[in-house]
Amino acid sequence: MQAAERAPAASSRTDPVLVRISGTFKHFPIGGFSGAAVRAVDGVDLEIMRGETLGLVGESGCGKSTLARLVTGLLPAAAGSIVFDGNDITKLRGGRLRRVRQKMQMIFQDPFASLDPRMTVGDILQEPLDNFSVGSVRERRRRVQELLRLVGLNPNFTNRYPHEFSGGQRQRIGIARALALNPSFIVCDEPVSALDVSIQAQIINLLQDLQREFNLTYLFIAHDLAVVRHLSDRIAVMYLGKVVETADRNDIYDRPQHPYTKALLSSIPVPDPIVEMGRAPITLKGEIPSPVNPPSGCRFHPRCPIARVPGVCDEVEPALEPHGAADQAAACHFAGQF
Amino acid sequence: MAQTLLQVDDLHTQFFTSRGVVRAVDGISFHVDAGETLGVVGESGCGKTMTALSILRLVPDPGRITSGRILFRGKDVTKMTDEEIRDFRGNDVAMIFQDPMTSMNPVTKVGAQIEEAMTAHERFTEQVARPRVIELLKRVRVPAAESRVKDYPHQFSGGMRQRAMIAMGLSNEPSLLIADEPTTALDVTVQAQIIQLMKQLNRELGTAMMLITHNMALVASLCQRIIVMYAGRIVEEGPVEQIFKSPQHPYTWSLLRSVPRVDEARKDRLVSIKGMPPDLSHPPPGCKFHPRCPFVIDRCKVDPEPELEEVAAGQVARCWVLMRNVKEESTEAAKQSALSRDAAEKLKASPAEVEGNAGG
Repeated sequence: MQAAERAPAASSRTDPVLVRISGTFKHFPIGGFSGAAVRAVDGVDLEIMRGETLGLVGESGCGKSTLARLVTGLLPAAAGSIVFDGNDITKLRGGRLRRVRQKMQMIFQDPFASLDPRMTVGDILQEPLDNFSVGSVRERRRRVQELLRLVGLNPNFTNRYPHEFSGGQRQRIGIARALALNPSFIVCDEPVSALDVSIQAQIINLLQDLQREFNLTYLFIAHDLAVVRHLSDRIAVMYLGKVVETADRNDIYDRPQHPYTKALLSSIPVPDPIVEMGRAPITLKGEIPSPVNPPSGCRFHPRCPIARVPGVCDEVEPALEPHGAADQAAACHFAGQF
Repeated sequence: MAQTLLQVDDLHTQFFTSRGVVRAVDGISFHVDAGETLGVVGESGCGKTMTALSILRLVPDPGRITSGRILFRGKDVTKMTDEEIRDFRGNDVAMIFQDPMTSMNPVTKVGAQIEEAMTAHERFTEQVARPRVIELLKRVRVPAAESRVKDYPHQFSGGMRQRAMIAMGLSNEPSLLIADEPTTALDVTVQAQIIQLMKQLNRELGTAMMLITHNMALVASLCQRIIVMYAGRIVEEGPVEQIFKSPQHPYTWSLLRSVPRVDEARKDRLVSIKGMPPDLSHPPPGCKFHPRCPFVIDRCKVDPEPELEEVAAGQVARCWVLMRNVKEESTEAAKQSALSRDAAEKLKASPAEVEGNAGG
């Protein structure tokens, strides 16, 4: 592992925070002369601790996938800093950025679209090793077989093509590829939502095993809150480009402070007809507004059941401040008051 | 006793492919009573959608219904003439599909599409249909229905489109609505709105509903009775509380334990069902679930598949073992063995087993 040795030394090995996202913005211009833009990520501060799984939840269009791409440096951030293991990846260029990126990998949602159909599984897994010139050719081949074994696939499958595998097996290949360079941080973008229920459980269990074995840090993005609760240590909820609440996984479920979190949790049906009979979900009005023209003040106010409008909610944007349990924060003027 | 609306008897739907005959629906029988909500659950490829398409006689080529009867109010759908089946679809039974974007015509206004569904059956004249469209959109709670009838589908959001699809499905007041994964493509909060809407409509209009889904939580929230399908067969059927409280088929048991629950703190590990659903052109001998079953005994592998056996009032299951005969410790053991099996697979994936799985 020569490449690993060449990687820039971490500023301090003892810093418990592996990834520190501060004041990060990403707007996508939508053309025309108006200067309008989709404000996909609109000022996000987030910390991811070493060895933890941070669950990131929110509805489609809330900016969670954009944030994932910013964190891995696949998209340049418009403003703010993203510090990974002591290196601000928004400031790094060229070879130095490449070496930092080696330590952060990504697992994608669609196991059908994320593997090149014309490459064999062996080539797919060897590509990252070739890119970073890891070991000799023979060592790389051995590493490919080891990777397949790690994710529960037959190591003799290196000459097969992705179409010969099922969805669950393809997702295992995607995971093996992410592990190839011994990363310390993996962003999982909806890794199980395209899979069947019984296969989902296999992949979730595999992700947990690998985390334990290699001391991995996960940023786990999903819209399925049940899966997120099962896998995560801490959870961050996003709404329209902003983080509206962060907390420990049990606090967020037991004592949500933001009305959006509460509504989100209450809208998930539970696989138990008895519980379902007594459950009264909070149904939100309407749908998530356009991120081109987010509502004034608190972005959630047009759908919020406790908003005071006209008044503070449609005028002043709330900051993410401590509320509720220790290590819990919510961006709401009336946090916990429902 | 409620009136039986739909009675399916020993239905077989097969696909004649170059790789052999795929038995997508392999001899299933069930009924839907007027006004009830029936859930049909199972993994992709278990035949739930093909069952629905068979009921509407919409099975795509190279598939066809090879035997069995589908009685709707006593009339056999499989023997209807083209004219009769046209009248039956939409009028008596309507279907809502998973993806509201691909099931609407992108170049026709939403209002016109709903109107078309009504006038096509000559049940409503144009004069009556037009104001009814707005009324229907209001019923499915589309805000500003008067102006939105003139919108095109792309101007509707996902949730709104699904509402419009439901409005279209209800336009001819069918007595049975088949909903195939109606909320899978939607966001959680929107999903909750649609579930709420379907509950209300079922109450207000008394439309019977057949809900096809892989989401156990959705079934728990909407249905009175459920059917669990595996490899084209019904493996368990019964009242929803009964099935969730005491599932008797190991497949149902594993399915219920393989999903994490949002209202529970983390358990150590999910029960995963090893392997994958079988290839329906070459199903395994004996019980089709036996290669994946944690409680398999020798008999399951050799004897012909067991019949559906009554295990409780209204609950039937197709299994030699049945979960009530499985001791608590062995269910723990099953979880454990799922664990060690994962570990074993990791260390040494047995070529034969993995080989069999590839290509699906």
